[in-house]
Amino acid sequence: MIEYLEILGQEIYKVIFLVVPILVSVAMIVWLDRRVWGLVQKRKGPNVVGPFGLFQTLADALKYIFKEIIIPASANKVVFILAPIVTMTLALVAWAVVPMSEDLVLANINVGILYLFAISSLGVYGIIMGGWASNSKYPFLGAIRSAAQMVSYEVSIGIIIINVLLCVGSLNLNDIVIAQKELWYVIPLFPMFVIFFISSLAETNRPPFDLPEAEAELVAGYQTEYSGMMYAMFWLGEYANILLMCAMGSILFLGGWLPLMDIYPLNIIPAPIWMILKILFLFLLFALIKAIVPRYRYDQLMRLGWKIFLPFSLIYLVFTASFLFYFDKLPKVNI
Amino acid sequence: MNFSRLLKTIFLVEFISALYMAVKELFRKSKTINYPFEKGQISPRMRGEHALRRYPNGEERCIACKLCEAVCPAQAITIESSERSDGSRKTTRYDIDMLKCIYCGLCQESCPVDAIVQGPNFEFATETREELYYNKEKLLENGDRWESVLAKNIKLDKPYR
Repeated sequence: MIEYLEILGQEIYKVIFLVVPILVSVAMIVWLDRRVWGLVQKRKGPNVVGPFGLFQTLADALKYIFKEIIIPASANKVVFILAPIVTMTLALVAWAVVPMSEDLVLANINVGILYLFAISSLGVYGIIMGGWASNSKYPFLGAIRSAAQMVSYEVSIGIIIINVLLCVGSLNLNDIVIAQKELWYVIPLFPMFVIFFISSLAETNRPPFDLPEAEAELVAGYQTEYSGMMYAMFWLGEYANILLMCAMGSILFLGGWLPLMDIYPLNIIPAPIWMILKILFLFLLFALIKAIVPRYRYDQLMRLGWKIFLPFSLIYLVFTASFLFYFDKLPKVNI
Repeated sequence: MNFSRLLKTIFLVEFISALYMAVKELFRKSKTINYPFEKGQISPRMRGEHALRRYPNGEERCIACKLCEAVCPAQAITIESSERSDGSRKTTRYDIDMLKCIYCGLCQESCPVDAIVQGPNFEFATETREELYYNKEKLLENGDRWESVLAKNIKLDKPYR
């Protein structure tokens, strides 16, 4: 019994060490997002709370905590309350397999990328539940849109992942990173990187694909009926998901925790810092894109997903496979 | 869709140029100011909070001619007057309902003695409605507080009146 508790304690300790930094970085990333957005539009962005306004998100969170949670009378209470919890939990749970360095990973499972993909796909449930349980028109429409959008873009993300896996020959995230020691996959698979990036914008409901929460049409989409901490949890989940997509992009294409080049001044910088830098770089692109693009129309979104990205990534998959096969570069897998 | 447009779409040319522009703008100085700490420049013609002015010797300027009351399009001004012991006509009541007021500046234009003026202050929000029903004391107090700015503004704007 004591032994069991000891192990449990150790595990909880590890989990806390994973979750707390993620929540803090989510808070920082929200600040970064708003700040970059403001600066591009020649505004100042949040700059009052703390140095450079860094604690703005904490102040916001404090405000949300003290706000009343309103549950609509016609809503399905259980599902309504469950929805933001599901969103946030799924966004945090996925981080268990993300390697920050060769051994700095909570669970080094051998189907890491599959797990990551599965969890990020489940994220749509939180949104659907939230939208449907609200029992109101705008949330419902937002949830429907979101479900269709996320499912559509997951298909092309899946095929892009297969592209990378063909080159690696393993589903383990650490193996994927180590396989990029000579050459980051962003170079040979550049078109796939671009498509992955755009798909991950759609997957996380970021502009230009933020149709589920299109203010002009749907008030706030699936979050319309939410208030207080429940709204904040949706928010946190959304940004944790964005960070996760950035982490996925950097693992699949930008060589994860590997340094830029394996030469002296670069390779003494510890691996987690490289990983963080890459995630930040991708997130900065996310934030910049939010500032420069207008929102897509819904049919354009669907056309882009199904008629352009899906066939193109399939063709590229065939191309990658035949290239690897013809030049006998298929990864040697010992089964 | 012609060929060059197709190429542009495939290589995301417009997207990348927009991204370049965004990065460029990122490092430019922002056009906005830190409002409560920094304030923008205000024209001498600014039509903000009302004030009743006095002559330098402390005498009220207002002679209760009621031109402002008559011209006020929102009928926000209420004036009552009576003869003072020294025989001059003075107001006994001068109320402005700041909620009715549309800040058109006609009261200031109509005033023959520059008594009622609109100053540069626009930060007079209150927590209750009642606080915005200004009476004579409040308006005179405003006049005393803002006198230096008001006199300067009137002087600066004189050539254009």
